[in-house]
Amino acid sequence: MPERDPAWNGRITACVVMIIILWPMLVMAEFKPWILLDAQSLGATWQFLSTFFPPAHSAEFLEMLLYATWETIAMATAGMTLALLGAIPMTLIATERLSISRLGTGRIAAWAVAVRQLVRWLLILLRSVPELVWALLLVRIVGLGPTAGVIAIALTYCGMLGKVYADILESSDSAACDNLLRNGSGRLAAFFYGALPSSASELVSYTVYRWECAIRGSVVMGFVGAGGLGQRMDESMKMLAGDELATMLLMFVLLVACADGVSAMLRKRLA
Amino acid sequence: MKMETSLPVAPKMRASTMALLLGIVVLVIASFVSLPLKWREFLSAEAVNTTIEFLRGFSPPEMATPFLERIASATLETLAMSAIGTLLATVFGMLLSLFASGRLGLTARLLTRTLLNVLRSIPELVWAAILLIAAGLGPFAGTLALAVHTTGVLGRLFADTLENCPPLSEQTLRLNGASPATAFLYATLPHCSPQMMSYVLYRWENNIRAAAILGVVGAGGLGQMLKYHLSLFQMHQAATVIIAMLVLVCVVDATSFALRRKMTR
Amino acid sequence: MTILFKSISVRHEGAAQSAFALRDLSLSIGPGEQVALIGPSGAGKTSLLHTLACALKPDQSDPASLYHLFDQDPWQLSSAERHALRSRLFLAPQTPPLPPRQRVVNAVLAGALPQWSLWQAVRSLVKPIDPARAYAALSKFNLQDKLYARVDRLSGGERQRCGMARALISSAELFLVDEPLSALDPTLAIQTLEVLQQEARTRNATLICSLHQVELARAYFPRVIGLRDGRIVFDAASNQIGDADIAALYRNREDDAPVPESPPASVATVIPRC
Repeated sequence: MPERDPAWNGRITACVVMIIILWPMLVMAEFKPWILLDAQSLGATWQFLSTFFPPAHSAEFLEMLLYATWETIAMATAGMTLALLGAIPMTLIATERLSISRLGTGRIAAWAVAVRQLVRWLLILLRSVPELVWALLLVRIVGLGPTAGVIAIALTYCGMLGKVYADILESSDSAACDNLLRNGSGRLAAFFYGALPSSASELVSYTVYRWECAIRGSVVMGFVGAGGLGQRMDESMKMLAGDELATMLLMFVLLVACADGVSAMLRKRLA
Repeated sequence: MKMETSLPVAPKMRASTMALLLGIVVLVIASFVSLPLKWREFLSAEAVNTTIEFLRGFSPPEMATPFLERIASATLETLAMSAIGTLLATVFGMLLSLFASGRLGLTARLLTRTLLNVLRSIPELVWAAILLIAAGLGPFAGTLALAVHTTGVLGRLFADTLENCPPLSEQTLRLNGASPATAFLYATLPHCSPQMMSYVLYRWENNIRAAAILGVVGAGGLGQMLKYHLSLFQMHQAATVIIAMLVLVCVVDATSFALRRKMTR
Repeated sequence: MTILFKSISVRHEGAAQSAFALRDLSLSIGPGEQVALIGPSGAGKTSLLHTLACALKPDQSDPASLYHLFDQDPWQLSSAERHALRSRLFLAPQTPPLPPRQRVVNAVLAGALPQWSLWQAVRSLVKPIDPARAYAALSKFNLQDKLYARVDRLSGGERQRCGMARALISSAELFLVDEPLSALDPTLAIQTLEVLQQEARTRNATLICSLHQVELARAYFPRVIGLRDGRIVFDAASNQIGDADIAALYRNREDDAPVPESPPASVATVIPRC
């Protein structure tokens, strides 16, 4: 009978390593939960929370709120549309599914590899920069307002959509598409008749999911001046107007729940 | 013999699907029309020049040693925020998922899932802005914001995993007399934990991006540095901060990918 | 009497009007007996084993029906008492109920869970508290080298024998085993059966085993029950069962071939709720 449990040493080591890493991390993150409980902080929190109730509900506030909500949805939709316009051609270029030089030899021609790599790197760059950073920069170029938000979403999501579309296409069965390419059809035709049908539901599903995320992203960008619900929230928070914030949070949670529902329904229908 | 066969009638698209597609088109057009978008400003020659000037102002990125030291410390701060936040979320998400998976009654499930939905609907940045009041400026607020939001996300994902777990192993242990808690630990948990770990690592990848920007509202890390330098128009420093963000995101992505590979081997 | 059934009927899953899995069953099995269950697929072997394990509740409509397990009616007991009763039996389903990424040592030691406190159970996950016991059980099946291996690295036959090793660890007085030999070659099947029977004999436990290898059932079990369409066709000592009886049991069914009984899609189990 083996004397000791072979996994035991590994577990002890992992534990020790975790503790060694955890301690300095807690220090760096200034993790001091007792701060939450000290008298001053509790006082401030209580003060703030008590303004939450009752939530603001004057007619003009609600009207402004509805407009801001629409602005958020519109930003997300417009940004996604632009992202799609960019992502689709880039996916078509980047995906190896449509490589003609690969047929028969199994290897893609050198220049084709280079072009594909370039497009992939571009996509990676676009999606690695957080959208808020894009928004921060764009606000300085085009000024405050939703334009910055729309373009920021368009850029980041172009990268995200492009990459995931390429992944979906590549992980699906290549037989149909290969067959069409081998029999001489053009790349686009092969895409529409071969690759797209088998991946369509996944592609649609992911796009609709990303639209939901874009709505949340638009709210976040409002905090750097890109308009919409986020900007109003930022303003209310700076004035510590808890009642307005409460209504806006409620509105936002409702918005996300609706978007969730619409997204689920769309995914079921279109996919 | 005459072949008087007529073609079968092609099935029509359902009216509801048609309406849906129409609705999407209307939504898209309405979005573009109703927003005060400044296309002209963005696409005019003047705007292009401004953009090029702006972008040129970024290079060369600031590389002086004392500044790089500050960047390194901010990077570690951001990394710490994301790690601790994700860790807290894993623990609390696990706890809440027990309720949200229906194991402890349907009322509990409904209430917990509603709570988790609220937690995950509100983006991290909004949580950070709110929590600043209780936790003060700095990375603590950011860590808490990440923890709160990610608890909602992970709690829901864990609950779904637990619900979808094939019940045979746990059922058999229960039928043979094991208590609910031990049956859970010996059957369901080993079954579901690889999937759950995968979710945690995936969320960590996401949280590093979130942590990087939470500083914009004052929650520390690289985001706070970026806001600071941009507001003073110190473009060279801002460029370095952005590069540091990119590097951090890449490193975390690669580590998470490698860890996930190792676990599902 | 360990088991006493009189006119027991059990319905399939869910709805009160669903079809009967077992009809009007009467049997009695004493302590220490070893019984084989045979019959074509769909006959109700799995349903019977599940009913015996208190996973399926018998139909209560017939006033003459009687169901005693260890001299008590489990369905008249409180939930907690019924649960205590469960620790005296051990059900081994046909598909080994072992989580894929668990190590064999933990999967096997899980047989002792009814006797362990929560603290012991948790400790054992971190570091197995009694690996020697698992080792001893596994060596009876020649699997001692796999003590620290992962379950998903084992072959189907090895996994089945691991499930049996778990039975050895448990302290049950009643073994309910569903097709334990389906993934084993004939030599291994005989060895495994012998280990199981030896263990049951040592503990004076009752062993009820459903098999589709009719020859093994007749050769190794002193008593054989034949089921068809939810009814008992014969219940006799194996030396009194003739080839004609077997033929009649399986008539018009091609399933002497090793077809595993379809997974319990229509056999609902009463999952004890927290």
